[in-house]
Amino acid sequence: MSVVANKANGHRMKGTSGRKRRPNRSIAGDIGVWLLLIIVAIIMALPLVLAISNSLKPLNELFRFPPTIFPIHPTLDNFSDLTVTMGQSWVPFSRYLVNTVWITLLGTAGHLLIASMAAFVLAKYDFPGGRTFFSVVVVALMFNGYVTAIPNFITMSKLHLIDTIWSVVLPAFASPMGLFLMKQFMEGLPFSLIESAKLDGAREFRIFWTIVMPNVKPAWLTLIIFSVQGLWNNRASAVIYSEGKKTLVYALQQIQAGGIARTGQAAAVIVVVMIVPIITFVLSQSQILETMASSGLKD
Amino acid sequence: MSSFAAKYVNLKKRNTLIAWEKAKRNRVCYLFLLPYAILFFTFFILPMITSIFYSFTYYNILEPAKYIGLQNYINLILQDEVFLTAVKNTFLIAVITGPLGYILSFGFAWFIHELPRWIRTFAVLIFYAPSISGNAYAVFNIIFRGDSYGWFNALLMNLGIIKTPQLWLTNPATIMPVLIFVILWMSMSTGFLAFVAGLQGIDRSQYEAGYVDGIRNRWQELYFITLPNMKPMLLFGAVMAITQSFNVADVPMALAGFPSTDYAAHTVVVHLFDYGYTRFEMGYASAIATLLFLVMILCNKLIQNALRRVGT
Repeated sequence: MSVVANKANGHRMKGTSGRKRRPNRSIAGDIGVWLLLIIVAIIMALPLVLAISNSLKPLNELFRFPPTIFPIHPTLDNFSDLTVTMGQSWVPFSRYLVNTVWITLLGTAGHLLIASMAAFVLAKYDFPGGRTFFSVVVVALMFNGYVTAIPNFITMSKLHLIDTIWSVVLPAFASPMGLFLMKQFMEGLPFSLIESAKLDGAREFRIFWTIVMPNVKPAWLTLIIFSVQGLWNNRASAVIYSEGKKTLVYALQQIQAGGIARTGQAAAVIVVVMIVPIITFVLSQSQILETMASSGLKD
Repeated sequence: MSSFAAKYVNLKKRNTLIAWEKAKRNRVCYLFLLPYAILFFTFFILPMITSIFYSFTYYNILEPAKYIGLQNYINLILQDEVFLTAVKNTFLIAVITGPLGYILSFGFAWFIHELPRWIRTFAVLIFYAPSISGNAYAVFNIIFRGDSYGWFNALLMNLGIIKTPQLWLTNPATIMPVLIFVILWMSMSTGFLAFVAGLQGIDRSQYEAGYVDGIRNRWQELYFITLPNMKPMLLFGAVMAITQSFNVADVPMALAGFPSTDYAAHTVVVHLFDYGYTRFEMGYASAIATLLFLVMILCNKLIQNALRRVGT
């Protein structure tokens, strides 16, 4: 309940803040904070700016002393070269794109459904084992990447999932982060909402589908964005061998690894790979922040 | 004494019965949980169990696993000098980037929160973008390139600080500082977002009450109002910080190469990658993974206990 109250307050604050000076802020301190923020923001942004400007430089400017921050003669040649290289690849390049899109769609949809169902009962029902299960999930937030990769490889080879997209998609279904965020957000829903539905005779699945899910849209979106970011960047090189099943990022990074002659294209690849997660974040920032507001761990 | 034991057994029995009744009443809950629980068990719990199991064996995937007791652990700690280097490097990275990344995430979330709303959205994007931009950290290969075409070399040469280009990513003495910088650059991730969101959720009337009660400057406000309110976020952010600082592997492999000069950028997870994926010594790699699990869980426990005391 308190989360909802807080959230409502947060909105009001955002809406009405005519930004009167807070009485306990020194001007010198404010100036200091602004300066610090500007300097660090430049440091944070500079590498990404350099990555983008590099991708717009013709080859002779990439090897120039002193190197310039912005391209002198900006060109899209690197990107068109990249499409040429893609066109010459042994497996048609569209194949990689289709693989990635398919993995991303399937993994995200399944994750959303399965994790929301689990989150719903963990957040709203008190049943033996529920709390223990959730605390294990919180610990599992810390496992990622290579640490679970080796035993997972063994499990998947026993289940004959190696070299199928399921080896990427099934673990994504069970991503602990999604369940965690969804459960924390659902806890903010008032119990009265569910109680009244129960009185009207609705069964659990109906409550879940028609009452809870429409009320947690920000959490949906956050789950989708995080899942898309994870799957889009998934190289899956350890579990998928067939060239025709590999992912876009894997193929792009193969081009990137092509040595000094591909310097320009490598710069273009970095931009292509980073642009998708950044754009999805820009489009959904306020919803993600609303979800993250309930992400705290209680004792 | 025996009546005491009987009472205890009775109580246990009663509790189990109540739990069983509760479970039966809520059996539909288990149905909801089942799909997730099965997948979670298969891909997150089972790997942990199997890696503990295989850590006591010699296993190379082709031959059946052979039980060798504690030999893997003994070799790791007593014989494998590279592992000790890796532990040292991981520890160094974790000790610096963990707390520092955590404090920076909170600090900048806090500063950004004070900004006017129109610029806040943009500021959040700038600080958060590095952590989600795929392998954009590869651009540091160009920034710290060992010849004079690298930005950093060119900058320092133009300023006259160095005369000849430095091999930042090849020289063992400079790899670590560069890596730590890059990891810090990427450290404003999920925890940072949680902090930004949490700060927006703090009830404004508490601050107003604070002004009346004579909170004089921003530090007092931080300590007495903001931090106690942010406790749940701080706990969550700590989990994220531990995850990031112990699982460092991609960045050193991409920047310093694999293996790096003198193993100067060799972390525990890189070592695990080495044994698991290039040598296929799964038993040995599992022992590394098991040790890492243990250290991370222990670390998490310690930090959560320390953070619980914030503002109380």
